[in-house]
Amino acid sequence: MKEPEIDDLKKLLKDSLPPAHGVELQRDLWPAMLQRLDQRTLRVPWWDWALLATVAAALYFFPGIIPALLYHL
Amino acid sequence: MELLERFAVGDVDAFEALFRQHQGEVFRWLMRIVRNIAVAEDLTLETFWRMHRAHARFDPSMGNCGAWLRRIATNAAIDHLRHAHREVPLPDDLPATAQQPPAEQLELRREILRAMNKLSPRLRAVVLLALVEEEPYERIAEALGISESAVKLRVFRGVRILRKTLSEAGVHP
Repeated sequence: MKEPEIDDLKKLLKDSLPPAHGVELQRDLWPAMLQRLDQRTLRVPWWDWALLATVAAALYFFPGIIPALLYHL
Repeated sequence: MELLERFAVGDVDAFEALFRQHQGEVFRWLMRIVRNIAVAEDLTLETFWRMHRAHARFDPSMGNCGAWLRRIATNAAIDHLRHAHREVPLPDDLPATAQQPPAEQLELRREILRAMNKLSPRLRAVVLLALVEEEPYERIAEALGISESAVKLRVFRGVRILRKTLSEAGVHP
């Protein structure tokens, strides 16, 4: 593909989709960020619960692994 | 201790200072890719959230927090485009500037947006940044974590797909 072909398309794109570099942020996003930080730090992912449940079940059904686990810790 | 060092050890005040320093820049970068104010604001928060989660991996001696943020933001924008790909077309909050009659201009714009939606999210991001926003290839390469020659290759591929799709729709660039 030649450069003029890219330039032609670039012109067409720029005519129809004006560049966005003049658009500025209209508000301070820090309050929203703080809110998100508070929410996310409280949330425990589902796979953590699943892992905890698996470990608890393993310890309940196979108590023999407890000494081995303690040894490795 | 320097701001970046304080951030790397998890200081929330340092994170706030970096957030206030860079939020505008991150938002403008994201606007160039997603072209929608609400989405760009949301992705700005997502970018800083990812940055906050990764604070322990940040090396303050690298010094360039802006470049690191642009890379995180680009990945967040591409993730967004990937998930939105089949649901909604590429939005565009920005007014057109061409000198054509409004109806014709609207139709052309619609065809271009439709053609853009046929590109993969990574190609679309590269095409928008390189051709519409005229960002230097070096900056795009840095933001995508690829080489400049890989950016050129993606621009060529994107242009080829766009020209083909537009030609099929009767638009000849």
